[in-house]
Amino acid sequence: MIVTAICIVGGTGVLCATLLYFISKKFEVAENPLLAQVQEALPAANCGGCGYPGCSAFASACVKASSLDGLLCPVGGSDVMAKVATILGKTADNVEPRVAVVRCNGNCEARLRTNQYDGTRNCRIASQLYGGETGCSFGCFGYGDCEAACTFGAIAVNPSTGLPEVIESKCTACGACVKACPKNLIELRRRGPKSRRIYVSCMNRDKGGPARKACDNACIGCSKCVKECAFDAITMANNLAFIDSLKCRLCRKCVPVCPTGAIIELNFPPRKEAAEAKES
Amino acid sequence: MQKTFRIGGIHPPANKWSAGKAIVKADIPSQAIVPLAQHIGAPAQALVKKGDKLKVGTLIAKAGGFVSANIHSPVSGAVLKIDESLDASGYKRPAIFIDTEGDEWEEGIDLSSEIRRDCKLSPQEIVAAINQAGIVGMGGATFPTHVKLTPPSGFKAEILIINAVECEPFLTSDHALMLAHGEEILIGTSILMRALGVSKAAIGIESNKPDAIALLSRLAASFEGITVVSLKERYPQGGEKQLIDAIIRRQVKSGALPISAGAVVQNAGTAFAVYEAVQKNKPLVERVVTVTGRGVGNPANYLARIGTPLRQLMEASGVISHPGKIISGGPMMGKAVASAEIPVTKGCSGILILSASESKRKQMRNCIRCAKCVDACPMGLNPTLLMNAAEFAAWDTAESNYAADCIECGSCSYVCPSHRPLLDHIRMAKGKVMEIARSRK
Repeated sequence: MIVTAICIVGGTGVLCATLLYFISKKFEVAENPLLAQVQEALPAANCGGCGYPGCSAFASACVKASSLDGLLCPVGGSDVMAKVATILGKTADNVEPRVAVVRCNGNCEARLRTNQYDGTRNCRIASQLYGGETGCSFGCFGYGDCEAACTFGAIAVNPSTGLPEVIESKCTACGACVKACPKNLIELRRRGPKSRRIYVSCMNRDKGGPARKACDNACIGCSKCVKECAFDAITMANNLAFIDSLKCRLCRKCVPVCPTGAIIELNFPPRKEAAEAKES
Repeated sequence: MQKTFRIGGIHPPANKWSAGKAIVKADIPSQAIVPLAQHIGAPAQALVKKGDKLKVGTLIAKAGGFVSANIHSPVSGAVLKIDESLDASGYKRPAIFIDTEGDEWEEGIDLSSEIRRDCKLSPQEIVAAINQAGIVGMGGATFPTHVKLTPPSGFKAEILIINAVECEPFLTSDHALMLAHGEEILIGTSILMRALGVSKAAIGIESNKPDAIALLSRLAASFEGITVVSLKERYPQGGEKQLIDAIIRRQVKSGALPISAGAVVQNAGTAFAVYEAVQKNKPLVERVVTVTGRGVGNPANYLARIGTPLRQLMEASGVISHPGKIISGGPMMGKAVASAEIPVTKGCSGILILSASESKRKQMRNCIRCAKCVDACPMGLNPTLLMNAAEFAAWDTAESNYAADCIECGSCSYVCPSHRPLLDHIRMAKGKVMEIARSRK
């Protein structure tokens, strides 16, 4: 009895296996062996920062493309792209690593509340209804759409300032937060040597008076930084200064001339004057 | 049984405290702030510069395209500046600031109260006069009226529907206007019928305004083709598609214009403005604004010049010292404003001042799958599904479930026992879906 059962079940198994073997041979999809290798080299974060819906889609795009120009995995950066290029026998551009910066410095003290919003704490919903709870309609809401969009835990709203802060070591410059921000406050900038960066932390395009009235840290469009810059790195448009990170030589001369402190320097050693003052 | 629309709808308490109160002329503001974008479409282009002397009714900005509207000076005086001014949502928009001196009107504007009934103008001349006067939909949507009177080729209007429903709680501006200027509204209606080349018009009024129904029915007897339809109280009956369904039992297809159902809907306030523009040569420089709510001592209907700061009307009605929320429009579809200094615009039918206690949103809880929102939605949508789609950024789901058809009436959020902000999310999904649809073209 038991032998019959084993024979039937075992026989069916063997039959099916044989059948499946031949079917799989017959309908085999020829896959480029390079694809698996490229996928292996990618960080498997599936963040979509490359513009493709995940790492495997990006890998197949790399394999199919005739050259790697315009294809970049922002998470892996140049290192990963170099690996991919070696696998595929193509060349990859050396791309400078980038990092997200938040261009709003209107913290709770600098930017006083003019009204209250008690609706859904979601930046995109709020931006359809309101300019914001302060006099500056360009500034950050602080409801954390960027935080929710980041898959790397690299940006978080600081409750004491009400502004998002980028954790540089985690930021991969995938650009998810840039797309999530309805106020377009987040910019991907060149990471800079030793992560040193100078940027205008404001997006207020109002004239000086109203901008200053709304926020103590606003760029008022006075153009002092433009005059100070010896490298033509700063441009003024719509009452707002912008520092071109490719032209900026990180001399830091624009930072002290800004009357509102809208220009931010990051990761620099303390200034000489300041250091001397401390010693004495 | 009284007529009403067939799908969904709610019945919030009417709270029409200012009903039956006569229209009071509000003081002319000492400075008028006239935004250049008071309508849907392209902003108007300013024609004046600093220091120019203006009279009431002087054209100060011309339409910036076909879907746009002219703007006339609501006061006489001198242009102080053309500068950014806060709009209702706290964003800055260009506006013309005018310092008032006296009250001198442009010549040719008939300010007498004599009623002129005969209109011999051709449809083209009527549309031109309406276009010139800068008339937009006065119910709050502010869609330029001349565009609605110029149906796209291939469409023919069969009936004109006048929206005198005023289904929003609290608001009484159309009601007050009907009681004070019933005959003018009917003349305006017949002018609009002439412009559209239709022989039938229906004026839809909810049954909570029996005095207006009685008055207009009596007056309509002497107008050919105009009937007054008493409708069951139901929100959002004033929605264009709902009103068409209520009166002629036709539904407008998803994504189609109301004209595809053979109907053109105009607001009662618009009909009055059309009468004044065509028969009296008076541009749109003032409108009736209801000021009401628990936050004011004396709810009232004011005839206010465009550009009057909301604060002035609120003070005239005795506003409490710390109101909770100031809403431009009604409680259902109106918008809480960021500042009381913003001006009355062409689409501002009311100012609702809520006390601090009633303006707070309640704590959101989980969806209990009761489907009250599904029953309430007048467009037959599934609000809870759409909210989920919006929360998880599933825009394809939102699109295939017709997020773009939402009329933003807020019935879903109103009935939700878990106080879920359904409309907030659906509005976001609608914006996103429309953005995606545009990018596909």
